[in-house]
Amino acid sequence: MSTAEKIRCDACPVMCYIADGRAGACDRYANEGGKIIRCDPLVILDKRVAKGDEIKPFLAADWDGRHASGADVVVSAIGSGTTYPDYKPAPFIISRDIDGVDFVTVVTEAIFSYCGVKVKIDTDRHLGAEAAIVRAEGEAIGHVMTAEYGSQMLSLGGVDHLTGGSKPEGRKTCDALLRLCNKQAVELTIDGGSTVVVQAGAAPIVDGVTEDRMRVGCGSATIGMFASQWQGLVDEVVVVDDHITGVVSEHQAGKVIDWPDTGIRIKGRRSTPGRYFKVAEPGKGWGGTDISDPLTILGPWQEKKGARAGLSLLMVSTTGEHSGYYVLNEALEPVEQAMPETLLPSVDLIAQNCEPALCTVLFMGGAGGSLRSGVTTNPIHLTHSVQQDKTRVTIGGAPTYRWPGGGITVMVDVTQVPDGAFGYVPTPALVAPLEFTVSRAEYEALGGHGGSIRDLDDVLANGGEYGSAARVIGAAT
Amino acid sequence: MSAAPQAHLLSGGQRLHLHHGPIDLIIGVEGDERQQCFERAVARFQTVLSGLAAELCGLRKPAPHGPFQDPVACRMLRAITPHRGIFVTPMAAVAGAVADEILAAMMQGHTPTKAYVNNGGDIAFHLCHGQQMTSLGPAGQIVLTAQDTARGLATSGWQGRSHSLGIADAVTVAAPTAAAADVAATLIANAVDLPDHPSIERAPAATLNPDSDLGLRAVTTHVPQLSQREIHTALANGARYAQTLVDSGLICQAALTLQGQSMLITAETTPQIGTLVHA
Repeated sequence: MSTAEKIRCDACPVMCYIADGRAGACDRYANEGGKIIRCDPLVILDKRVAKGDEIKPFLAADWDGRHASGADVVVSAIGSGTTYPDYKPAPFIISRDIDGVDFVTVVTEAIFSYCGVKVKIDTDRHLGAEAAIVRAEGEAIGHVMTAEYGSQMLSLGGVDHLTGGSKPEGRKTCDALLRLCNKQAVELTIDGGSTVVVQAGAAPIVDGVTEDRMRVGCGSATIGMFASQWQGLVDEVVVVDDHITGVVSEHQAGKVIDWPDTGIRIKGRRSTPGRYFKVAEPGKGWGGTDISDPLTILGPWQEKKGARAGLSLLMVSTTGEHSGYYVLNEALEPVEQAMPETLLPSVDLIAQNCEPALCTVLFMGGAGGSLRSGVTTNPIHLTHSVQQDKTRVTIGGAPTYRWPGGGITVMVDVTQVPDGAFGYVPTPALVAPLEFTVSRAEYEALGGHGGSIRDLDDVLANGGEYGSAARVIGAAT
Repeated sequence: MSAAPQAHLLSGGQRLHLHHGPIDLIIGVEGDERQQCFERAVARFQTVLSGLAAELCGLRKPAPHGPFQDPVACRMLRAITPHRGIFVTPMAAVAGAVADEILAAMMQGHTPTKAYVNNGGDIAFHLCHGQQMTSLGPAGQIVLTAQDTARGLATSGWQGRSHSLGIADAVTVAAPTAAAADVAATLIANAVDLPDHPSIERAPAATLNPDSDLGLRAVTTHVPQLSQREIHTALANGARYAQTLVDSGLICQAALTLQGQSMLITAETTPQIGTLVHA
């Protein structure tokens, strides 16, 4: 009957037995791996309650206060968040007096059919071609977007995957989005590319290898940053990079300090002096290329342009993760030798300048579309109010970036949203706590019937534009 | 380690928040006697949870051997007694009974124009002539006036804080007491169901909550998207039971909500179905 070890909570006289991974009757304490933990995600509310304060919009205190502050705040955030571990509604009571309404027994979360996540994976490794399909448990849930500086972007979810495809596709997409938004690890496979384990705020794991560092810059930029530190210690430096491989003797950064020519030849397409594209195929080797022996990107050394026996060469990747030291023999062929002590600090410096590689997950959802369907008298005013920053939109209390243009399409860094705040409905669609904060003056300006508060509640809770997922708090035990 | 009951004033002293363990009460009083009412509520609240905890074993049984010592436990037992021939334990009325008990304590020797005790959505209230109470709920706004017989309001659903045998998103019930509303909401929510639907996921209650009064009964853990016909069938199943409770006078009215559709059951009207709008 018991699926896991249960322990007794002594936080209150009920003395619940709580199974592992479950919360007690109060939804405030849970059993996580045999330990009682405090679990309500919206602890800030409890803190306010504990202070005897009225409950106000989450984190509103750090807003500029221009349009809503202190007693001027009319509608508190109506996000509920959900409690660890099975997204039951949080024990959330709105304490704010609202004219004409004595109490509100529901908490509102918005159903986002139009939603997805943008994932930034800090890695130089080639994860897959642009527009390649990204899968979770075999179903297509998104695609590879652009490569950005030291990172690879994925676009996952969106209404076409959630509801436009097959049922399993929608379910797997919803499940993957939910787990990503709740800061859990999700394994993604890219058609023709890698398998990546993505978790917000954690290092990506590419084909089983945990990514350690984000590169300091492209190969060319690395040359630019460190050229002067290599001068006098080595005759040539090549920074191997899938995007732009840099060669110090040819690079502008070398020229300005009179770095002599070395007769080196790089296979690949020269962009500008000392900068080469496509020295190899993308992969998981040196600097995001597919090479394990960096010498394969070099052509024959040219004596008349400066190559000579005894000439020394440092080859290093953009993260300092790979490096090798070579000296030309009599036949002008590079021969690997032990790295001189004097060069080690410069390789270390590259590594030190690399930031830890992370996965970043931004939830993106739209709440503006059916605003115009006219359930309330002037819903478009609320849209405009949001667009003019008079109404502040937060998700689980976290600040959002609102896309310019029509509707209310926002993005939020999921690591700033309380744990377990995202839920789902079988539509399938994600459910996220969504809060609107307005001043009384602005609310009255939003119109409706004589500027009464009730209208905004209609808009927020019943109008459907901002979500119709009315969830009930508390019922019979 | 066990924390003591906590009391805090909210909204500049206009409301009182009482918290102990799983109980959160928001209490409002209008009129001159607010302070005295609050003091009575705080005094009574001190022993509410400990009193209940002492009787928990018996309260979790479907056919409890009364009488109980604890007054709240007695309210719970009274609330379930009329519901014969159906599985229910006194725990189905616990939230409403606590609200009733605190309200009753506040009313001893005091008659404020209006007062309420909101126990996480299960609400007991007092209204003098001409007063009314407004609640926003999943099925819309509910207004109750002093002329109505209802002095209790409660909501139950499978996604709520306690487990449900049914699939209702929310069943809100108005009844003469909060305890009566509470138990009725629970039982109507249990009845909103499609018993043989293959995609509705259920699990034995005890695997989710070892202390559950529902034992090994299968409680709802996932409800798939249902067709309009299925939604209507499930709501109708609940509505039939709700209508018997209305007809027998146990409750005043009930609003049933499932996947965007709702149904209102009253003494006068025939069931009506409305549709909520999706985001």
